[in-house]
Amino acid sequence: MSDGVYAANPYHEEEHKHTISVLVDNEPGVLARVIGLFSGRGYNIESLTVAETRHRQGLSRITIVTSGTAMIIEQIKAQLNRLVPIHSVSDLTIEGPSVERELALVKVNSTGDKRVEALRIADIFRARAVDSTNESFVFEIVGDTGKLDAFIELMKPLGLVDICRTGVVAIARGPEGMDGQD
Amino acid sequence: MPKEQLNGAGIVIKALQDQGVEVVFGYPGGAVLPIYDEIFQQNKLRHILVRQEGGALHAAEGYARSTGKVGCALVTSGPGATNAVTGLLDAMLDSIPLVCLCGQVPTHLIGNDAFQEADTTGITRPCTKHNYLVKNIEDLPRIMHEAFYVAESGRPGPVVIDLPKDVLMELGDYTPPTKIAHKSYNPQVKGDTAAIEQAVKMLSKAKKPIIYAGGGVINSGTGACQLLAQFTQMTGFPITLTLMGLGAYPGSDDQFLGMLGMHGTYEANMAMHDCDVMLCIGARFDDRITGRLDAFSPNSKKIHIDIDLSSINKSVMVDLPIVGDVGHVLEDMLKIWKSTQAKVEEKGLASWWKQIEEWRAKDCLAYKKDAKVIKPQLALERLQALTQDRKDVFITTEVGQHQMWAAQYLKFDSPNHWMTSGGLGTMGYGLPAAIGTQVANPDALVVDISGEASAMMNIQELGTISQYKLPVKIFILNNQYMGMVRQWQELLHGKRYSETYMDGMPDFVKLAESFGLVGLRVTDPDKLDDAIKEMMETDNSVILDIAVSPEENCFPMIPSGAAHNEMIFGTDVNTEGAIAEDGMVLV
Repeated sequence: MSDGVYAANPYHEEEHKHTISVLVDNEPGVLARVIGLFSGRGYNIESLTVAETRHRQGLSRITIVTSGTAMIIEQIKAQLNRLVPIHSVSDLTIEGPSVERELALVKVNSTGDKRVEALRIADIFRARAVDSTNESFVFEIVGDTGKLDAFIELMKPLGLVDICRTGVVAIARGPEGMDGQD
Repeated sequence: MPKEQLNGAGIVIKALQDQGVEVVFGYPGGAVLPIYDEIFQQNKLRHILVRQEGGALHAAEGYARSTGKVGCALVTSGPGATNAVTGLLDAMLDSIPLVCLCGQVPTHLIGNDAFQEADTTGITRPCTKHNYLVKNIEDLPRIMHEAFYVAESGRPGPVVIDLPKDVLMELGDYTPPTKIAHKSYNPQVKGDTAAIEQAVKMLSKAKKPIIYAGGGVINSGTGACQLLAQFTQMTGFPITLTLMGLGAYPGSDDQFLGMLGMHGTYEANMAMHDCDVMLCIGARFDDRITGRLDAFSPNSKKIHIDIDLSSINKSVMVDLPIVGDVGHVLEDMLKIWKSTQAKVEEKGLASWWKQIEEWRAKDCLAYKKDAKVIKPQLALERLQALTQDRKDVFITTEVGQHQMWAAQYLKFDSPNHWMTSGGLGTMGYGLPAAIGTQVANPDALVVDISGEASAMMNIQELGTISQYKLPVKIFILNNQYMGMVRQWQELLHGKRYSETYMDGMPDFVKLAESFGLVGLRVTDPDKLDDAIKEMMETDNSVILDIAVSPEENCFPMIPSGAAHNEMIFGTDVNTEGAIAEDGMVLV
């Protein structure tokens, strides 16, 4: 059968990826509220980062990368906005230009030519070796998601054994702060 | 700022009093003993002892809906809190303002799997508007006051405050409520003027307009309901109401087309389908309302007024959203209508009404009469007829066929007189909700329209009715089946009535008597009026057990998966196969 008569996408729209920044009170359970909202309503989370950003005001900033139709993205923002401890929500994907970065730690285990090749590619990508043994490196690489994906892809045949990624952090370009404060 | 030292429990009681709470519905237990000790030592706050925490929550809902105030419940930790969950979600889906105080194990035991410990904030997070765990006594007064603000502002909803026992026993400073803007939660109440101006333009040009209003109007207050009536009567537009909205506009007025949706009237649903401009006020295009989404009101421009941005464009795309409180927006709309001297499209409107009268003439609520067996519809028609001269009639319902029949055959001329579980569809809601309603309105006639299966779901609350001598009337349409489920089995599952017949039902007359209440039974249509009159005239609580025809179905009906203009009727000879294959998967 088709996707049903009360389906979430009755207009058969295309899905798009959006990066959403959320300023929240840094209080117990606030992350659970946000994550619970996404899982409970069946929204995607492709990446999520959170840390306190304004200690004095007790505010944390959550960056969520999600995907959905325009209708779903509007819903996500409206649903986030009505959570009590949320101060502001902004959609960096549509509210003007923004910068997105992600950091990864990539462990490569190899010797000989492969070890040299790994180091050479790391240099091209401006990744730094932050740990080294005779048969391994840990590289630190910063960039947008695509750059990290490409680097990891190239490391696969060169003895890739472990990856840790932070998920995307993002900020709007230009002089304005997120909610006009600071 | 004036401060006084109290223990946590004392702060809780003081805060409730300062918030204007007069009644709290609850059930004691180990973790909330300090609060019960404070309740014992004061006389301002009344406590109603229920028989199970689920009852306390629904009673608080009934209290809240019949008064427009915040309802308040008090339960203990662990099982007390988990029993409260259904009522919390019920209030969440129907936007009912509640504050539920839950006991919790002492802070040093949290996470220890202590006796009667539950992760209450974790469990209730998705079924409350907001919840708090109070870990420090210094936060308690602020959280108490904030909970009431959150529960009743914006789109109302339930708020849980989880109170560890050590915090309840610790001494702290009490601060009374203050009027400081909340740091993050400040819902928009005033609508955008430009959007309202555009709405007036669209409505004045409409040839086939309809007003579709819901529970948001009632939540906005009696003032908003008056403004709705003023706007509707000024324009002469037809109006339909959702299940939650009944009473927001006088049900006996000619401009009212009846309820819309799955069991709504033919004229309301056809008007929704064929209209050219739809004005949705405080309703949310719920799946019981829209039917098949891609065939929902295909040729209309839609205006949607709602205080909750997340209700807009959730399932139906609208042309003109107006975010704001219904009362504020309607007030501005009336002002702009008058100041711009807007006129309705008289000619179009007249032929629209002509069309509507043709639909009305179909008399979709007609049913086959029977001289020997009481038809459930007849029972409700007679209840309506015998109570229509009284202003102080409050109706609660359980969930199922009886609920839909009540919505179809009873008329509500003012808001806050109709309490039903709409969004969650909670069987067992009506009896405790009637308790809360009766506590709030001690001299009123409060009737719980029930089925025999729903009645059993919170039957223990007869004890509460008995203890507080509440004259609640329980009007059971006894068809010996879980009627609505049986109806779907008949229409969808080849009449295989799997587990919808309940044997071993109590003798409701004796059951009532065993609680010190009055039990009446009626089986003969000729004796129905006398039975209803006797029920109304009895000072005590009455269970009126009405034996109705067991296989009656609730019509008209938009079969699941169908559109507004594809209704089936009670007078249709054959309803078999009425629901298409792809509708079967839906509820």
